[in-house]
Amino acid sequence: MTANHAPTNQELLNLYRQMALIRGIEERLRDDNAAGKLPGGVHLYIGQEAVAAGVCAHLTDRDYITSTHRGHGHFLAKGGDPRAMMAEVWGKREGICHGMGGSMHVADVARGILGANGIVGAGLAIATGAALAAQLDGDGKVAVCFFGDGAAHQGVVMECMNIASVWRLPMLFLCENNRYSEFTPSSQITAGKLGDRARAAAIPATEVDGNDVSAVWRAAGDAIERARQGEGPSFVEAHTYRIQGHLEAEALFLQGQRYREQEEIDAWKEKCPLIVTRSQIIARGAGDESVLSKIDTEVAELVHDAAAFAEAGTPADVDLPAQLMFT
Amino acid sequence: MPRRRLIQAVNDALFEEMERDPKVIVYGEDVELAIIGDMRGLHERFGPDRVRNTPISEATLTGMAVGLAAAGYRPVLHLMFSNFIYTGMDAIGNQMAKLRLMTGGQIKLPITVIASFGGGACNAAQHSDSAYPVLMNMGGIKVLVPTNSADAKGLLKSAIRDDNPCFFLEPSGRGGDMGMVPDEEYLLPIGEAALLTEGDQATVVAIGRMVKPALATARKLAERGIAVDVIDPRTLVPLDEARLLASVGKTGRLVIVDEARECCGAASQIAAVVAERGFPFLKGPIRRVTPGNVAMPYAANAEAHLLPDEGRITQAVLELVGQG
Repeated sequence: MTANHAPTNQELLNLYRQMALIRGIEERLRDDNAAGKLPGGVHLYIGQEAVAAGVCAHLTDRDYITSTHRGHGHFLAKGGDPRAMMAEVWGKREGICHGMGGSMHVADVARGILGANGIVGAGLAIATGAALAAQLDGDGKVAVCFFGDGAAHQGVVMECMNIASVWRLPMLFLCENNRYSEFTPSSQITAGKLGDRARAAAIPATEVDGNDVSAVWRAAGDAIERARQGEGPSFVEAHTYRIQGHLEAEALFLQGQRYREQEEIDAWKEKCPLIVTRSQIIARGAGDESVLSKIDTEVAELVHDAAAFAEAGTPADVDLPAQLMFT
Repeated sequence: MPRRRLIQAVNDALFEEMERDPKVIVYGEDVELAIIGDMRGLHERFGPDRVRNTPISEATLTGMAVGLAAAGYRPVLHLMFSNFIYTGMDAIGNQMAKLRLMTGGQIKLPITVIASFGGGACNAAQHSDSAYPVLMNMGGIKVLVPTNSADAKGLLKSAIRDDNPCFFLEPSGRGGDMGMVPDEEYLLPIGEAALLTEGDQATVVAIGRMVKPALATARKLAERGIAVDVIDPRTLVPLDEARLLASVGKTGRLVIVDEARECCGAASQIAAVVAERGFPFLKGPIRRVTPGNVAMPYAANAEAHLLPDEGRITQAVLELVGQG
């Protein structure tokens, strides 16, 4: 593959549609949370959509991903059902995990979505195991672990990069650097460059503008192709920004305290990945405003449908937990 | 019926299950050299894809088991000592014990973790724990504590075929013990206690390495006309509560001998089950014979002082039957 390849016009439109769907679903969750309709907290991905979309466009159901507590975008981009995800966040029986996991733990194992995870950094070792399984199967599958700049400081990251490198596992370490580790600026707690930690394990590392879906698509595509060819793991750091809070109800915890300035948030909103992609589409002639607005309308219908499905769902089965402890 | 050392029986079980199912793979620190003996010959027979050394990275190795299992394999992870369970605990406590529930039953986790447990070898506190109480409390993990060759073989084969995470804990220092193992394919159902000797004066439940001193005690008590049931639970999760209650229903007296610390331990759980469901049978207090809540010291005499032995077990039974 060349470093200059780019998504086709149709692929770019598909990427936009995927990002718009994630954005739409999450804006609805934001509103439903504010209205007090959701049983638990939600950690939203708004502003980071280009990363999930750009990476997962290269994956099929046979490939594996592990995700984070901020995992709705990865779930949807990997092909997870918006209705089943929405119902899960609502704690309904129709949810993808029957209401047993909730927002932070959406998973669709049949689609290779080995789960969002409430433990920061826990997905890395699971992905490393799945990558070993993929290597033993020998049929070109890969595993991608999404993790954040916060998780990058868990010791297990170095362990996994070492094992993945020494065994040349078909794996992509995809670090989404959204600049905040919960409520702490990552710059305050990070020594050196994250990519250098991968390079120390002899894993090739690149950085990419995480709000530019074409750039993410290209970097992830190269890394995933390399993994499929048996050439081992890669590390990609995607620089992006968490527009929403660590979690939606954070104002309750902050009690008026601030950990970042509104000007910073506003500046990043101007670099919104959906706006960037719309500009790319129009500049390349891949579509015009009417094409984009048609996509937006279709996505809005999907979001409405998923939310209505979730709201109308059945309460979770209270006897299910005891049944599920063992097979 | 051949005689096999306990460690050979474990090795036999691994060979048989790896021959039977190509999805069974073994990994861990030093498994290729097989310094403990339970892995001997596996690497030569099954090769590096299915038997491989890992770096010393327990937090990752336990998590990898989840990923391997989710992707269709039946991983067997060798953790050497049960203390290292603590090093690998996030993936044990937060992932393998919970993901079946959290995914609404989507995921099966056919994981077997092997580690030896217990003291008695001057290994000091970081290599002498009996780490099963913490596993018992996790909810989604089966805990197996075989004490002889046949049970070890039968339970390990069942564990490898089980679709849930199973911790197979080998009794430290008992690997050389000889025992008869059936010739034919031998699987022991998980969750069945063994009644090793019978009597009506008291029930002595002994876990893991404590079975040996409990049996020796029972023989000596029998010579004095005091006959006791000795029960080896063999699995702590699930616990064979029916067998325990039936025995206490007969004897009315319960002594539990456990090498793990007392607080929230296996002995405490057994005591709670019997107190709650077998209270009308009891003729006296339930007695736990344990090291208390102390970490295992290095010095041989200090370690021996803490570990339950024939003297302490005898004393507990005699007190209960009114001869102490």
